Amino acid sequence: MYTRLTDSFRRTRCEPFKNLSSIMVKDGFDRRGTVKIEIVQKAFSGSKGTLLALKDILLTIDPGEFVCIVGGSGCGKTTLLRIIAGLETEYEGSVFLDGKKLTGTGLDRGVVFQEHRLLSWLTVHDNVGFGLAGLPAQELSREDRCRDIRHYIGLVGLDKFEYEYPHQLSGGMSQRVAIARALVGHPEVLLLDEPFASLDALTRIRMQQEILRIWEAERTTVVLVTHDIEEAVYLADRVVILSPQPGTVGNILPVRLPRPRDRTDREFVRVRRSVHDELFAPGGMTQLVADNF
Amino acid sequence: MSTAEQNRRHVWKGATEAITAEAPENPGRIHVYRQLDDRLLGWIIPVSVLLVWEILARTETLPPNWLPAPSAVGKTIYQLAVSGELLKHAVITLSRVAAGFLLGASAGTIFGGLTGYLPGARKLIDPSLQALRSVPSIAWVPLFLLWLGIQETSKIALISVGAFFPVYLNLSVAMWHVDPKLLEVGKLYRLSSFQMVRRLILPAVLPEYIVGLRSGLGLAWMFVVAAELLGASRGIGYLMVDGEMTGRAAVILASVILFAVFGKVSDWMMNAAGRRLLGHRAR
Repeated sequence: MYTRLTDSFRRTRCEPFKNLSSIMVKDGFDRRGTVKIEIVQKAFSGSKGTLLALKDILLTIDPGEFVCIVGGSGCGKTTLLRIIAGLETEYEGSVFLDGKKLTGTGLDRGVVFQEHRLLSWLTVHDNVGFGLAGLPAQELSREDRCRDIRHYIGLVGLDKFEYEYPHQLSGGMSQRVAIARALVGHPEVLLLDEPFASLDALTRIRMQQEILRIWEAERTTVVLVTHDIEEAVYLADRVVILSPQPGTVGNILPVRLPRPRDRTDREFVRVRRSVHDELFAPGGMTQLVADNF
Repeated sequence: MSTAEQNRRHVWKGATEAITAEAPENPGRIHVYRQLDDRLLGWIIPVSVLLVWEILARTETLPPNWLPAPSAVGKTIYQLAVSGELLKHAVITLSRVAAGFLLGASAGTIFGGLTGYLPGARKLIDPSLQALRSVPSIAWVPLFLLWLGIQETSKIALISVGAFFPVYLNLSVAMWHVDPKLLEVGKLYRLSSFQMVRRLILPAVLPEYIVGLRSGLGLAWMFVVAAELLGASRGIGYLMVDGEMTGRAAVILASVILFAVFGKVSDWMMNAAGRRLLGHRAR
């Protein structure tokens, strides 16, 4: 019992790998990660009655696609992401991943929140390994665990910080650890809920480049929720505009610019303006929010 | 003015001078003052008091049977140690504290864990325990004596009651307040209930739990004094009563010092164990 207890606090250390070429590469031919969202409605009941958060959301996200969901605060974009993640299960409708109806959380979806939500008592290595904690020991050997953890720590560029603790990391680094933790279970979909909102402007731009690099390396489907129009246009294959109260899909704008995108490019500015116009159209979101105040 | 009074005045004057000598007299000497180690500064008052006390007792300004000199108290402790009396009494007091603390802390851990983890158990048990907590624990003494007799059982029961509540409260409240955002992370990665407790809740509440254990241990020491004062034939508390009955103030003071030393040492050990468990989180 004592050893089991102390296990919770002991840091894991890995032996260096002899055969580095054995690091797994995701099968490029197996294109999985289709997300099909069919939400009739999602309501929250509070003391002041029920609030309709989402209504009639129909959206299909292709495998390997990068989709950004943009909307103002309170438009239900976080709720939508939490439904896909399986953290909200009380709603009318269904969400399918590769044709399978989702009923709860699962390792097939990795989630990064606005706050890093790292465990202060674990090293970077063990925090990333926490993404595999739910896997039974017989399903993944200790060596494989270590290899995967190492791979993702390397992918987010934190090799030198493997045995540091979260309080020793900057905000951007903590968020990198959170991304590695979300990816370590080889999810088909990566869900990001305003992941860079609490970072400073320069770190945010750096992290946006990083998430594209990671996405290109992993080829997972990515759904990123943001209120930052430029971020959405910089990252996404498609920008989904969510109009508020109740949250519903306002419009979907494809962004066909080649990457890496230039934020000052004329075409980039044009797309950004159309997203902006969509969000701030008369009778659109700002109008609605203003009416409610 | 009697000679005794003159002596006292003289001594007091001396003591004041000793203290003010350390203080800066002009701004140019401030750096000397700053250079003094903080810990050294903290010793000035106790050392001075001991010195004054020793002198007052030696000159018999104070009756020795009322306030014996520090050296006399030290001698008493030495004599108790040499005769084996000290060991006999210390062992019995220590084992009472250990048994009572283990019992109380275990019960506190079980009930605290239960009420912290299961909202239903909290609603069922917590109000009753809170009501019991508002009873001053010494008020249990007559009942414990009636039920459990004047032997060890009633004493250990009283100490357990003392140790129980801080452990129970700290653990229960800490578990209740574990960040739901972290629990959500556990849910995301499909941790089993057991893994949730072992990998998330337990490490998250550990700092508060250790604080609870430390205050529980402190209260255990408080209650062993109460238990031994109220009826014991052995133990350091009994030494105190014996000292009072036979008018030996040195024995009472020696017991006080022994309690202080034991309490401090056990707290220090508990703290060290806690720091070890907390690892890098301890400051």
